Amino acid sequence: MSQPIITVSNLVKRYNDFEAVKGISFSVNEGEIFGLLGPNGAGKTTTLEIIETLREKSSGEVIVAGLNVDHDSNEIKKIIGVQLQAAGYYPSLTLVELLRMFGGLYNVEVDTMSMLRIVGLEDKAKAKFKELSGGQKQRFSIATTLINKPKIIFLDEPTTGLDPQARRNLWQLIESIREKGTTVVITTHYMDEAEQLCDRVGVIEAGKIIAMDSPEALIDNLIAGGFHRTKKVKEASLEDVFLSLTGHEWKDE
Amino acid sequence: MKYSQYKAMMAIARASFRSITRSPSAVVFTLIFPLIFILVFGFINGGNVHLNVGVASDCNTANPVYYKAHFIPAIQLIESENDSIQNKQLEKGELDAVMKIVPVAGEAGRFIVELKTSTAAGEKGIIAKSMFEHLIDKSNLEAAKVEHPMAELKETKVSGRAYKTIDFILPGQLGFSLLSSGVFGTAFVFFNLRQTLVIKRFFATPIRKPYIILGEALSRLVFALLGSVFLIAVGHFAFGFTLIHGFSTFINLLTLSALGLVVFMGFGFVVSGIAKSESTIPPLANIVAMPQFLLAGTFFGIEAFPEWLQPICRALPLTYLNDALRKTAFDGATLIDVLPQIGVISVWGVVIYALAVKFFRWE
Repeated sequence: MSQPIITVSNLVKRYNDFEAVKGISFSVNEGEIFGLLGPNGAGKTTTLEIIETLREKSSGEVIVAGLNVDHDSNEIKKIIGVQLQAAGYYPSLTLVELLRMFGGLYNVEVDTMSMLRIVGLEDKAKAKFKELSGGQKQRFSIATTLINKPKIIFLDEPTTGLDPQARRNLWQLIESIREKGTTVVITTHYMDEAEQLCDRVGVIEAGKIIAMDSPEALIDNLIAGGFHRTKKVKEASLEDVFLSLTGHEWKDE
Repeated sequence: MKYSQYKAMMAIARASFRSITRSPSAVVFTLIFPLIFILVFGFINGGNVHLNVGVASDCNTANPVYYKAHFIPAIQLIESENDSIQNKQLEKGELDAVMKIVPVAGEAGRFIVELKTSTAAGEKGIIAKSMFEHLIDKSNLEAAKVEHPMAELKETKVSGRAYKTIDFILPGQLGFSLLSSGVFGTAFVFFNLRQTLVIKRFFATPIRKPYIILGEALSRLVFALLGSVFLIAVGHFAFGFTLIHGFSTFINLLTLSALGLVVFMGFGFVVSGIAKSESTIPPLANIVAMPQFLLAGTFFGIEAFPEWLQPICRALPLTYLNDALRKTAFDGATLIDVLPQIGVISVWGVVIYALAVKFFRWE
């Protein structure tokens, strides 16, 4: 396997009396799609934002591409792309104008149209951010993470609230970003998404990592432990029905 | 390549400027409102006193006082058709005075001038009274054939520059525009940027925090100064607003505007820092803006206020900005001449930014 590009050791985050992250350790390998899974409030976003240098940690060590979050936060910001769970953009600016602004913020020249093409928003170039649908906003948000050609991108629940077609479309986008060599760290609470997308996942529960492996290995372990589904699974799911009825290809909302 | 914070700051400034120009409230408060006030006051014909004096229907007209009153340009004599209607007009202030001249019975050539004024006419009633006193005195002197009166008035007029209404109103509106742009604009923008997580997304890029504020502030400064240029230009070219030394006066006005705006933005930062929700911003911002709007000599000089209120007027930064703007535009004061005003505004700036630093919140 390839080298770890992110190493998190004994990470702790306390808010007053509450310990949101309780000494977790994991590493992310270069070029993989790594998923942080867990219910709401488990500490996924906190962990992610500490790695993204947006939040101070209480203790522990975080190394991103050889840089330490304690004293190289600005260098780290230059080589990562961040999609926040809820991010805002000047609502009355067009997508092209916003991408240009981010180009300035990263000090890079942006080919705005090809950037929009990557996320399938070419025809929305002149649209204002506030006029986009939920899925379009998420895709635009991902476009802003790619501007500085980052080594790693962080996606915090990118598919929450999207319809099945938009989710699949976003999965393809994330796959294609990884194929170009970018490491992807993603949080989600959809297990089908993690199973589809992630090379490895870490399961966080109440601030601790309780399992970490590839989705397949985790499933095999569970079965080996004697797990049986109470209900036999059919060859197709309701989602398959929905997609075959309404079409696989994603529609522009 | 070395990362340039300046480049990043300019990217925010440009984006933010576009965002401001597309925001209806910014355009309305910075440009439209002050422009409307300037238009309204620009068309008001200020200056000359004009008295409407009613003539009662039974007024004697064959006497020197009546005759002389005809030739005073400031007095417009209005014949009565119905005396009770005339009295009503006087009560409502439509007439400033009503005169009735009656001959004294049995004494030829003697008259009594009855002058009725109303509290509704205010100082115009007083002017009417003194004008008629003057007419009567003059008629009496002539009747008595006094050849060497005890005293005579000799008036010389120094030709002066006309101080037009616009010369007073425009600096006040400039101040108002800067105040609303500075306080409301800044308070809302920073609160919203925080609320909608626009700022948080900036944090994820390599720009340093102070440059985010500088970029936002720069765009507001440029927008507000363009607004000032526009208002001064409209005032100057459409209504003859006096720019005593031309272009250099204009530049001085803009310099003062920039100083005022920076201080008012400090108020905006404080408001955005202490506001708990979006709905608390307007009341908080109004607490800052309204007293200044009313008391700082925007529409009329602070001398018009009762004495107990004047110390408050003289404590407000907008008072000094308006004062400095007027002195610069009309009296041709240089920036050094208005240094006292600049000083007071700057002291406000230091105090308010100390508070802003204390209250400022990033999230």
